[in-house]
Amino acid sequence: MTPADFDFVAQMLKRRSGLVLSTDKLYLLESRIGPVARKHGLGGLDAVVAKLKANDEALARDVTEAMTTNESFFFRDKTPFDHFEKLMLPAMLKARAATKRLRIWCAAASTGQEPYSLAMILREKSALVKDWRVEIIGTDLSNDVLSRAKAGLYTQFEVQRGLPVQLMVKYFTKEREQWKIKDDIRSMVQYRQMNLLDSYVGLGTFDIIYCRNVLIYFDEATKRGILERMAQLLPEDGYLLLGAAETVVGITNVFTPLAGAQGVSVKPAKAQPKANVA
Amino acid sequence: MGLAVKHCLVVDDSRVVRKVARKILEELKFEISEAEDGLIALTACRGAMPDAILLDWNMPNMSGIEFLRALRQEDGGDRPVVVFCTTENDISFITQAIEAGANEYIMKPFDREIIEAKFAEAGLV
Repeated sequence: MTPADFDFVAQMLKRRSGLVLSTDKLYLLESRIGPVARKHGLGGLDAVVAKLKANDEALARDVTEAMTTNESFFFRDKTPFDHFEKLMLPAMLKARAATKRLRIWCAAASTGQEPYSLAMILREKSALVKDWRVEIIGTDLSNDVLSRAKAGLYTQFEVQRGLPVQLMVKYFTKEREQWKIKDDIRSMVQYRQMNLLDSYVGLGTFDIIYCRNVLIYFDEATKRGILERMAQLLPEDGYLLLGAAETVVGITNVFTPLAGAQGVSVKPAKAQPKANVA
Repeated sequence: MGLAVKHCLVVDDSRVVRKVARKILEELKFEISEAEDGLIALTACRGAMPDAILLDWNMPNMSGIEFLRALRQEDGGDRPVVVFCTTENDISFITQAIEAGANEYIMKPFDREIIEAKFAEAGLV
């Protein structure tokens, strides 16, 4: 692949998804484009680039999806789910006691493991959220991964990564060699295809937003834009969850990290003027 | 408190599986001993209870589930964290294992990532 072709693909990906593809990620491009090339009956990377230059919209969409699809597993990194169970959920149960309404957005839902992990926690705490209206919205750029998320079917390998066996036998059934999440968990999550670069109008407001391991692929201006638009969807007492390698620090001051809760950011309280001091 | 090396007993009638499991668990800083069936494992546990047991299901002399039920009756037998590691992957088997006192369950084939994840969930790494 020529440097000019790499630049062409990198610019296309940036424009369509915000993904910043540096030259050291050429291996990623080569490994992920192979299946897309086969699907479109193309011989290899050069043929793919030639078609992209000829404005093949379906191919451009598939290449973008292939490059932005990230692996996921149940209860990934554990801590963000401990924070949900022990910190955010108790706080929200108190703060929303009058309305009994809780909305959660998983902004990079991928194949569904993150929203279903939250749904399982809520099911385990069902006595606490009895009579509550809880909504979990999972969005992703890729229709392919969302189809998998909606189906709720996972391989043996996938259900063994992060999912405690007690929850596996409780909330999954075995279908041939695959494991299917039970309907009462599946029905707790609604999925929508969405590009984080596009408008968030129509999503409504949320109490908690999980946006993990996706900002790392964007440049700083894109990160700032996404975070500032997410802030508009969260009330003053809402929570934002980022990935372990991500932070709001140095990007925007609409959020500030919550001390003692790794990965959790909140809006700076009006009563804390020092929060805005650089 | 010092960082004591944890002891894991690998119980499997396959020499190859024991060897692979030993390699993975040694990389996770476990001290390893091996047993080729449940009966040998039970004798070993009566001598010294390990911190963890990686346990196959189908073995001659005493199966994994028979071993686990017997282990949990022993003095100190509630202490080891037991992780089944077996080709038996039906929910009925997994449920039996949990009821008998298994802490986690790995469905073969396994790799380093799965063993590490399951041992982490069980609080061992």
